[in-house]
Amino acid sequence: MSKTKYTYAVARIRALETSLLSDKDVEQLLSCKTAEQALRTVMEKGWGDPASGADMDSVLRREEEKTWEVIRDVAPDMSVFDVLSFPKLYHNLKAAVKEVCTETDNPNIFYDDCPVPGKEMLEIIRNREFSRLPGNMPQTAAEAFDQLLHTRDGQLCDITIDKAALEAIYEAGKRSGEKIIADYADTTVAIADIKIAVRSRKTGKSADFMRSAMAECASIRTDQLIRAALAGEEEIAQYLEGTSYAGGADALRESPSSFERWCDNRLIESLKPQKYESFSVGPLLAYLIARENEIKTVRIILTGKQNGFSEEAIRERVREMYV
Amino acid sequence: MGILSELGIVYALLGAAVAVLFAGCGSAIGVGIAGQAASGVVTEDPGKFAKVLIIQLLPGTQGLYGLLVGFITLSKIGILGGGIADVSVTTGLLILAACLPVGIVGLLSGISQGKTAAAAIGIVAKKPDQFGKAMLFPAMVETYAILALLISFLAVNGIQV
Repeated sequence: MSKTKYTYAVARIRALETSLLSDKDVEQLLSCKTAEQALRTVMEKGWGDPASGADMDSVLRREEEKTWEVIRDVAPDMSVFDVLSFPKLYHNLKAAVKEVCTETDNPNIFYDDCPVPGKEMLEIIRNREFSRLPGNMPQTAAEAFDQLLHTRDGQLCDITIDKAALEAIYEAGKRSGEKIIADYADTTVAIADIKIAVRSRKTGKSADFMRSAMAECASIRTDQLIRAALAGEEEIAQYLEGTSYAGGADALRESPSSFERWCDNRLIESLKPQKYESFSVGPLLAYLIARENEIKTVRIILTGKQNGFSEEAIRERVREMYV
Repeated sequence: MGILSELGIVYALLGAAVAVLFAGCGSAIGVGIAGQAASGVVTEDPGKFAKVLIIQLLPGTQGLYGLLVGFITLSKIGILGGGIADVSVTTGLLILAACLPVGIVGLLSGISQGKTAAAAIGIVAKKPDQFGKAMLFPAMVETYAILALLISFLAVNGIQV
């Protein structure tokens, strides 16, 4: 029977997929004259919550929360979604370490819908009870905390935590035992590595720096990527052509934002077959990512319109939709 | 020798049990799987209740086919309506063999039909107007349960007690 444990969840997700934004809805949003009008359009589709406010940030935050509420409600085993909650968890760790070290106080920078919410994370870091943290976090937290305290180098602390996050995501993907989640984790790590390579190239970082920031994964060889990054941007694109990210090479030559867009579209494209799955965790993962993707797209459209970008400029950054 | 010759009726009853038991289990599992999917859809959209209920019930027929063959077998050997017939070992085994198709095919097709029904409920969830097509896919599996019923029915009927 374990093969059918996702039957209920998938059927429920199927019913929810009908309310995902389609490419047509995105077109409609793009053609709105102002950000307010676009925000009203998504709210008419049921986005946000009257209780949580009608401004852009609260509507989008509420939508993210809703997605996780649904998944928590239907998933028989939440541990397979670690790959998606880890970025938030490690963000909280980073924010807490910085807050404690710089003795500032800003509760708005934390995520609360993850295994260790902001308040608890802050308390753990403040009391240096690192062992209360899950997975590889105790060592990471101790290391990042010491680094920031002794060197006052925020970037060093960032890369320590970011790398630990990538390694944790990769591990969680392998541990989940679900191919689709392992693939997702692998792609996430690979794309993060590629972005590190591109940015390091632009800012002239050393091979050691890249080595300390990149995490190992199956689809990218980090040593080759580092060598390419040291040689030049064109070499990074050339290296990608020999990997499964070949399509991204052209996008990378164009601009970093078009590469990011290509990454998101590739992910959505790889998830589309999940629409025809009825008994596995795949459709749940696809729904979660599709929701994150559409929230990101709506955010891009709204901020684009707020800042007076032309429709064309926004369209360039808009992602493909799942449905 | 005496005990052995009386085993005929036991085999025949075992046949009826196999038909009802396996086909019933198949339907129970199938309806259960489809029911989970149906619950998922109704949680989000109660308006689709009637449509998904019909699809959920499709894997339920195997149990009825098993019941039918079990019923015929019981009346054939006289456990139902009248005195118990004198069933030889050979006849008992023949009846047991005759009951196997509906039992085994009922079990396997019930489970498969349940999975197909769950997938079909996914169609109804996303495209309610395609209900007719969605119903056809699980109905296809039914064919093989009916074929098994036919053979079991003919065989049980044809055996002279």
